[in-house]
Amino acid sequence: MKIKNLLKGLAFATAVSVSALSATATYAGTPDNVLVIANRIDDITSLDPHDLFEFAGSDYSNNVYDKLVTFDPADLSKGYQPGLAESWTISEDGKTFTFKIAKGRKFHSGNDITAHDAEYSLRRAVVMKKTPSFILTQFGFDADNVDATIKATDDDTLVVTTDKKYAPSFVLNCFAAVVSSIVDSKLVQSHEVDGDWGNKWLQTNSAGSGAYSLVNWKPNQSYNLKVNADYWAAKPTMKKIIVRHIPESSTQRLLLEKGDIDVARNLNPTDVEGISDNSDLAVDNDLRGRIMYISMNQKDPILSKPKVREALRYLIDYDGMVNSFLKGQYVVHQAFLPLTYMGELKDKPFKLDVAKGKELLAEAGHADGFDVEIIVRNAQERIQIAQSVQNTFKQAGINVSLTQGTGKQILGKYRARDFQIYVGAWGPDYPDPHTNADTFASNPDNNGTHAGKLAWRNSWDIPEMTALTIAAAQETDSVKRAQMYVDMQKEHQMNSPFVEMFQKNEQTGRRTNVQGFYTGSAVSQVVYWTVTK
Amino acid sequence: MSDAVDTATPKRRGSSVPLLKRLKSLITVLFTVLLTLVGLLFVTFIIGRVMPVDPVLAIVGERASQEIYDAAYKSLGLDKPLMVQFGIFLQQIAVGDFGVSNLTARPVSEDILRVFPATLELATVGTIFGVLFGVPMGVMAAVHEGKWQDQVVRFVGLFGYSMPIFWIGLVGLIVFYGVLDWVGGPGRLDVYYEDIIPVVTGLILIDSLIEGDLDIFWNAFSHIILPASILGYYSLAYISRMTRSFMLEQLSQEYITTARVKGLSERTVIWRHALGNVMIPLITVIALSYANLLEGSVLTEIIFAWPGLGSYLTTALLSADMNAVIGGTVVVGLIFVGLNLLSDFLYKVVDPRAR
Repeated sequence: MKIKNLLKGLAFATAVSVSALSATATYAGTPDNVLVIANRIDDITSLDPHDLFEFAGSDYSNNVYDKLVTFDPADLSKGYQPGLAESWTISEDGKTFTFKIAKGRKFHSGNDITAHDAEYSLRRAVVMKKTPSFILTQFGFDADNVDATIKATDDDTLVVTTDKKYAPSFVLNCFAAVVSSIVDSKLVQSHEVDGDWGNKWLQTNSAGSGAYSLVNWKPNQSYNLKVNADYWAAKPTMKKIIVRHIPESSTQRLLLEKGDIDVARNLNPTDVEGISDNSDLAVDNDLRGRIMYISMNQKDPILSKPKVREALRYLIDYDGMVNSFLKGQYVVHQAFLPLTYMGELKDKPFKLDVAKGKELLAEAGHADGFDVEIIVRNAQERIQIAQSVQNTFKQAGINVSLTQGTGKQILGKYRARDFQIYVGAWGPDYPDPHTNADTFASNPDNNGTHAGKLAWRNSWDIPEMTALTIAAAQETDSVKRAQMYVDMQKEHQMNSPFVEMFQKNEQTGRRTNVQGFYTGSAVSQVVYWTVTK
Repeated sequence: MSDAVDTATPKRRGSSVPLLKRLKSLITVLFTVLLTLVGLLFVTFIIGRVMPVDPVLAIVGERASQEIYDAAYKSLGLDKPLMVQFGIFLQQIAVGDFGVSNLTARPVSEDILRVFPATLELATVGTIFGVLFGVPMGVMAAVHEGKWQDQVVRFVGLFGYSMPIFWIGLVGLIVFYGVLDWVGGPGRLDVYYEDIIPVVTGLILIDSLIEGDLDIFWNAFSHIILPASILGYYSLAYISRMTRSFMLEQLSQEYITTARVKGLSERTVIWRHALGNVMIPLITVIALSYANLLEGSVLTEIIFAWPGLGSYLTTALLSADMNAVIGGTVVVGLIFVGLNLLSDFLYKVVDPRAR
């Protein structure tokens, strides 16, 4: 009996598998009006644009919400453009911004977009005090003054008053950041619980006016968007967007090759190489904002010598690294603002030159080199960078000991100024040069505690450059302002304790029929509404 | 000897155990379960609090100002003494409230209801696969001890045991999905089939049958068959080896010789008498390997983009999302306890002596 049943079971199982196999010889490609993207989206912990601060969430927000000002995805270099605000004026003293909200546009709910929504949204971002709120509060807004400083005077007019004069481009760039997204105030207010500004509800729902609205979000699995057919800015071709969480690069590649997805956003160099011969697939390169650098603690008697700092700049094999283990993932970049930012500096004055390095070390009185410790967190690419640096330093007689640790340990040491050399990465927080200048080139009080600022962490006392950073943030002439950043970076590149080495390059794999997929480069986020197939 | 033969062909006997005694044993069991769970919760809770990951930083990010950090610290209740925190935590759990996950901004119970069915479905199909193939293979190897059949089974088992699962998974995907196109790709369904059928059990294979949607059933089946076979291969390796050694032990017993002398067919001797007697240890082995799969296999889930308990728990653990970790741990704990009880029960079904 038993054995017969067992055999029957086996036979059944086999029959089932065989029929399943034949049943699944299926589709080629995704439907014409659906865009399917593979991405790592496990960093999404909230969908509330005034709360989220990570990459995948920002990408989502950019397609679901509009801002007062925005960027042209096809040409980011044009800078901020009118968004929900069709125009704006700035008062004589440079402190009051008056935005005219365009009429006749609607949220997904059908509610009209008015200045009151803008007022509610900006106040909400300030008062909720979530992580990205500093982007707005740096202009002096706080919970106590928003009633006066962010105000809708009628349905179409929003008046914003900053505490000091700032460069208009600085303020407007920050109004183009994700945290300045405009939400549907009537809808959000109807979901408020215990004065939470509807945060709990908006974390898993959408209330925007963008090209797409949320269908559903399954954490660590996928999110789906559907088109807003009445979108004011464009007529999107893709009716539906599906972003799937596919953590593994090789899995993404396989899906892309099979045509089960249209875009793969996390291919590693091996897989990029692997699909390079496939004529159905293309790889786009996009510079992103992340900068890799090493920095030297200026409390250290040797590392604070200008000649030593200069010598180390010649003892790094920039090209060697980007041509080997960083291939395709980074480009050489030697300034603190990412390329494509306002005020970018393209100069790359340094390359590996051991003789020159030795000469400078000798001038500094260290002809025989010295011993130094590099701390690095245990992430593969950082360790590889540290090892390459260890190797090239050695050629000039500098003996490096590497200390690895978890992110928290190493960051803790860095923030406590308890290190000699640190291998670091920094990504900009909002699309304005001040975001990096404020951390790389500003140290308001070297004896105080400003652990958030990189210049402070390296004990780099720079009253003059700090003053320049502040001046640049207040310069009203955009051309002049950009030049100020160029000049600052030239100085910084030569004399700072930071050796900026690389900028992140993102490689996106796509089916060749997918056109118009913009990742937003270093400045902005991905856009789905320009995509065609 | 005749005793042993009898065990394989048990006669139903009426219950002679008094009700009171049964009740007492039931209470003992419940008490043990409860104690195990509280111990489990306590250990998890303590580990969560001493882990070198800062749950506040995980929420607010590395760049948050002190003010924002403090607000989040307070809202998590971390400013209260540890024992008070544990007390609050037990109270909440008693009413089935695991709190809200920091990572998904949803109640943990809701998260688990979403991710656990995916794991349950995968583990169940995997275990069925492992048992269907593993047990006969083990029996065959034991019967043909030392012959080529034995060698083949041993090789297959060892291979399954020693190959890294991410490698087998990837190669499997490349061959069966990428090249041959026999099975569905990563994920539980093709994207266009998602969110069509209502969620009843969360097990797509069953939900689609309830809904009568065979297209979705076959699609789900084509997606699950590969990861389930790979997980099943793992348990197959284990189950077949254990079956083999249990069987060898039984086949050397004298009652087997007796049965043969009695003139029973070889098939009956092996499959009914010998296998019947290894059922009890075998059930334990199967239950344990099933429980292991139910914890969620992180690597398999990552390769196959399978939204299950394993990757949910790992992500939560790495970000110190304690509500989610504890919720998941309780579920895993319950599974182990539950499967233990179940195998105890199954002992009684297959072996009258255990009644």
